[in-house]
Amino acid sequence: MNPFIKIIYINWPLQILILATALFGFLMLYSVSGGSWEPWTKPQINRFFISFILIFVMSAISISFWQKISPFCYILGLALLIAVYFYGDTGMGAKRWLDLRVIKLQPSEAFKISMVMVLAYYYHKLPVNKVSHPFYVLVPLLLIIIPAFIVFRQPDLGTALVIIMIGIFVMFIAGVHFGYFLFGGFSFFTLLFILFQSRGTDWQLLKDYHFRRIDTFLDPSADPLGAGYHITQSKIALGSGGLFGRGYMQGSQSQLNFLPEKHTDFIFTTLAEEFGFFGTIGLLIIYSLIVAFCIFSALATTDKYSRLLITGLCMTFFTYFSINIAMVMGLLPVVGIPLPLVSYGGSSMIVIMLSFGLIQSAHVHKNVGF
Amino acid sequence: MSKFKDTTLKSKLIRRVHRRIVLAGLLKASAVALLGWNIRKLQIEDSEDYKLLADANRVNLRLIPPSRGLIFDRLGTPIALNEQNYKVVFIREQAGDPGKVLKRLANIIELEQKRQEKILQDMKKRSSFIPITVAENLTWKDFAKISVNLPSLPGIIPEVGLTRHYQEYESYAHIVGYVGPISDKDLESEKPVDPVLQIPKFQIGKVGVEKKLEKHLRGRAGVSKVEVNASGRVMRELNRTQGKSGENIHLTIATNLQKFASERLKGMSASSVLIDINSGDILSLVSTPSYNPNNFVLGISQSDWSALLNDERKPLLNKATSGAYPPGSTFKMVVAAAALELGLIGLNDKIFCAGFYELGSRNFHCWLKGGHGKLTLQEAIQKSCDVYFYELARKVGVKRIGDMARRLGLGQAYNLPLTGLSKGFVPTKKWKKERFGTSWLVGDTLNVGIGQGFSLATPLQLAVMTARLASGKEVTPNIIKNPNKNVGDPKALSIKENTLVAIRKGMFNVLNEKEGTAFNFRTTDKNFLIAGKTGTSQVRRITREEREEGVIKNEDLPWKMRDHALFTCFAPYKNPKYALSVVVEHGGSGSKVAAPIARDIMLFQLYGGIPPVTAYPEKQQLEVRNRLMDIEKKINSRTNINPNI
Repeated sequence: MNPFIKIIYINWPLQILILATALFGFLMLYSVSGGSWEPWTKPQINRFFISFILIFVMSAISISFWQKISPFCYILGLALLIAVYFYGDTGMGAKRWLDLRVIKLQPSEAFKISMVMVLAYYYHKLPVNKVSHPFYVLVPLLLIIIPAFIVFRQPDLGTALVIIMIGIFVMFIAGVHFGYFLFGGFSFFTLLFILFQSRGTDWQLLKDYHFRRIDTFLDPSADPLGAGYHITQSKIALGSGGLFGRGYMQGSQSQLNFLPEKHTDFIFTTLAEEFGFFGTIGLLIIYSLIVAFCIFSALATTDKYSRLLITGLCMTFFTYFSINIAMVMGLLPVVGIPLPLVSYGGSSMIVIMLSFGLIQSAHVHKNVGF
Repeated sequence: MSKFKDTTLKSKLIRRVHRRIVLAGLLKASAVALLGWNIRKLQIEDSEDYKLLADANRVNLRLIPPSRGLIFDRLGTPIALNEQNYKVVFIREQAGDPGKVLKRLANIIELEQKRQEKILQDMKKRSSFIPITVAENLTWKDFAKISVNLPSLPGIIPEVGLTRHYQEYESYAHIVGYVGPISDKDLESEKPVDPVLQIPKFQIGKVGVEKKLEKHLRGRAGVSKVEVNASGRVMRELNRTQGKSGENIHLTIATNLQKFASERLKGMSASSVLIDINSGDILSLVSTPSYNPNNFVLGISQSDWSALLNDERKPLLNKATSGAYPPGSTFKMVVAAAALELGLIGLNDKIFCAGFYELGSRNFHCWLKGGHGKLTLQEAIQKSCDVYFYELARKVGVKRIGDMARRLGLGQAYNLPLTGLSKGFVPTKKWKKERFGTSWLVGDTLNVGIGQGFSLATPLQLAVMTARLASGKEVTPNIIKNPNKNVGDPKALSIKENTLVAIRKGMFNVLNEKEGTAFNFRTTDKNFLIAGKTGTSQVRRITREEREEGVIKNEDLPWKMRDHALFTCFAPYKNPKYALSVVVEHGGSGSKVAAPIARDIMLFQLYGGIPPVTAYPEKQQLEVRNRLMDIEKKINSRTNINPNI
C-alpha cells in the first residue's frame, strides 16, 4: 500500500487530541515565562511539530517492521542504560542523562518503549499454552527487573517503579495466570514492610532522601518551608484557582515564583491556578479520551503484538499524567515525572511521541495483518 | 495435542486478554475519577482557604515613613528641616561584576578601597536584590555626575531620601536638640509602639524640642501594600494609604538675636536668656560652647562624641535651663521684696555696714573690705552690700525668703519642651535636717540672704524673676508660639507696687548712679535705660587666713576655681519690655564680665539690630565699635538661611 494513502487510516481523533494537549502546554509555558516565547515556549513548539510529523512517518511504516526490530530496541535500550550509568551527566545527584551531542537523552524514559516492545514481541512469539508456565513467567520478569534495577541505581526510584509497573501490566494483559499477580502483590507489600523496617539500620535499603520524601509525602505540613514546601505551595496554587481560575497569566503563585519547577513537573499547578477547575478537568478529560481511544484501538487490532504494544504504551502515557497530577496534589510523593505533552522537556516529549508513532502504526495496520 | 485444543486455548486466551484490557480500562477510569474528585475538593470545596493562603504568600505591608514636622523661629525662618539626602544604592543582581562597577564609581566620586571592600562584603551577606547604600550626603554635582554615567554603572541607583538638617545649628543646638536612629531603649519606653518605629534606623528626637515634641513632629506612617515573590522581592504596589506629615513647630526665638547672643558669648562657658516680659516668650536662650547637632543625625563618631563629653566646658549641656548656680547677689532682690512686703523695713531705714557681720564667734564679710557705712535699702541694692542683707535676711527668716523666691519663679521647673530642665533650689529648714541631719543655723540664713550657700537658680529662672519684678505679674516663660491660644495677660503677683518700685529703682541705680556696681556699663540712650543687678557667686570657700592676707584675685586662680559672673536686668526702665539674665561660668566678677555682655544683648534687642555706639558712654565707644563690628562680620559670614524654603 502506498505510504501516503496509509495516513488516511490513521487514528485521527487521537492525533487531534495529542495536538490539543500540546496546545495546552504551549499556553502554560507562555504564561510561566511571564508572557514570553523564550526560553521555553518556542523550543517546545519546534520540538512538538517535528515529532508530530514523526508520528505520521512512523505510522506509515509497517507494524511487522517494528515487531521485528523489538528485541534490538530492547538491547539498545539496555546498552544505553548501562552507558548512562558509566558515562552519564550527573544532575541533582543522579546520573540520568546521556549527551548524544544532537540531543540530551534520558535513556530510562526511552527504555519504557523498548521494554513494552520486547514484552509484546515475547508474548507474540510465545505459544499460548506456555503463557502461565513458571519458566516463561520468569523470563519477562528478568527482562523487567534487570533494567529497573539499573535505573534504581542511577538513582531514580520513581522511574524504576514505573518501569516495573508497566512491565507487570503488560504481563497481566498478556494473560498470565491471576495467581502470579496475587502472589506478586503479597510479596510487594512484604518488601515494602521490610524497607521501612530497614530505616536507620546499617542495612538500610533506600537512601535517606527517599525516606525524607516519603515523610514529606505523608505529612507535608510538618516542614512547610523545608522539604514540604513544594507540596504546600503547589496545593495553595491548585486550591486558589477555584472554579474559574485567576485568569490567564494572573496566577500569583506561579507568576511570583512560589512554585518549584513551574515549567516542568509542576506545570499542572499553573494550569490549575490560572484556569481553575474547568481547566484542570478539561485537561483530565482530554487525557482520558487519549487513553480511551488507545484502548478502543487495542481492542480493534487482530494480532497480539499490536494489542499488547498499544495497551502497554497507553499505560506508559497513563502513568505519566496520573502520577504527575497525583504528585502535585500531594497524593503521591514527589518523583520527577513530567506532565505528558505539557511539561517542558525534550526527552519526555520524544518518548511520548515515539510511542504514539508506534500506536498509530499498529492502528493503521490493524486490518492489514502480516 | 490436537489442533482443536490449541485453537480453543488460543480463543480462550484472546478472550482473557480482551477482558483484561477492559478491566484495566475500568481501573484507569476509576483512577481518573479519584483524581477528579481530589481536584474538586481542592479547587471547589477548600478553594476559599487556599485563596487566603495565596494572598498571605504574596502580599506584604511596607511602611512609608512620614515626613517630620519642621521647626521654625518666631518669624518663620526654618531651623530644623528635612533636607534631600542624595545617595546611591547598589543592587547586586543588576550588576554583572559588582567589583568592577564599584571601581568605575570610584572614578566618579570619592570611594575608598576599604569602603569598596566593605560594600562587597555586605552584599554577599544579603539577598542579591536588596539595595545596599554605597554613598550618602552627596553633593548635587556628584549626584548629577553619577546620574549621567548610569549606563556604565549597572546596579547603581541614585536615590533621594529625607534627612534632618539644622540651620543656624550652633545657636539652636540646645533648644532644638537633634534626632537620631531609634535605639532598643527608645523602643522600650514607647507604649503603645507606633508601627513607624519599626522602620529600621527610623529617626526620632533624642534631645530638646525634637524629643519633647516628638509626638507632634513625627506624624503618622503611610502603608504601602506590595506584592512580593517567593524570595521577598517587591513586584508591584497594590495600594497605598497616605500617612500624615508631622506638625510644624514655631519657636518664640528670634534668630537674629539668638545669633548675636551666641556670638557675644562665644569663647566663654556661659548662657543667657532674654524674655519678653508681656508675653513670657523666650526670645533668646543661649548656651556656649555649643555643638553641631547635624553630626548626630547620621551617627556621631566615637572620637567626636568623647571630645564633647570630656570638654570641661560641657558643650552638650544647656546651661541656660540645666545649669543651676548659686544666684549670688542677684538674689538680694528676693530678700528685699520679702522684707518690704512684710513691713520689716522702711524705705528710709538704714543699716550700718562695717565690712563684716558678727555672728557668735564667726564673722560674715562684706565684699567691700572697709564696709559701706550707713545704707538705705535702695543704696544696699545699688552697691550690693552684703552686711545689709545679712541683717535683713536674719529679720525675714529663711522660710519667708523661700516663699518670696518661689513667688518670683525660683525653685521650680517651667512647662517647657526642653530636656534636662533644672528646678534650681530654694532651701528649707526641713530639707537640711533630712539631707544632712543637722539643724538649720542662723549662718545658713545669712548665706541664703546673699544668694550663697544652698540656693541654686538657673539663668532662665533669674530672667523670669527679673521679669516678674519688672512687671509685677506672674510671667511664665514659653518657647513655642501658639497662634491659636490667645495668651491673656498673666495674673498679678500681688506684691505691693511700692515694693516693686523701690526694688526697680535700686536696680536702676546699679547702672545709672555713680556708685552702682555696674555704673560702667550704663547706656546713654534715655529711651533705653537699663535696670539690673550684678552677682558674683563663689565656687570656693575663702578661708580666714586668705581673707587676712588678702583675697586672691580671680585672674590668679585656675579657671575651675574662679567665681561665676551673673547679671540680670530689664529694660527699658520706664516701660519694661524685656528681661535678661547672663551667667558666665567662672567668669570672675558679675559687674566686670556679665554686665557688659548683658548690655550688648539688651541693646541689640531694643534697637532691633546692632546698636549704635552712641548708646554707650563716650569713653567706651571705640572699644564697643570694634567689638560690635567684629560680631556683625561673624554673624553675616555665618548666615546660611535659605529664604526660599
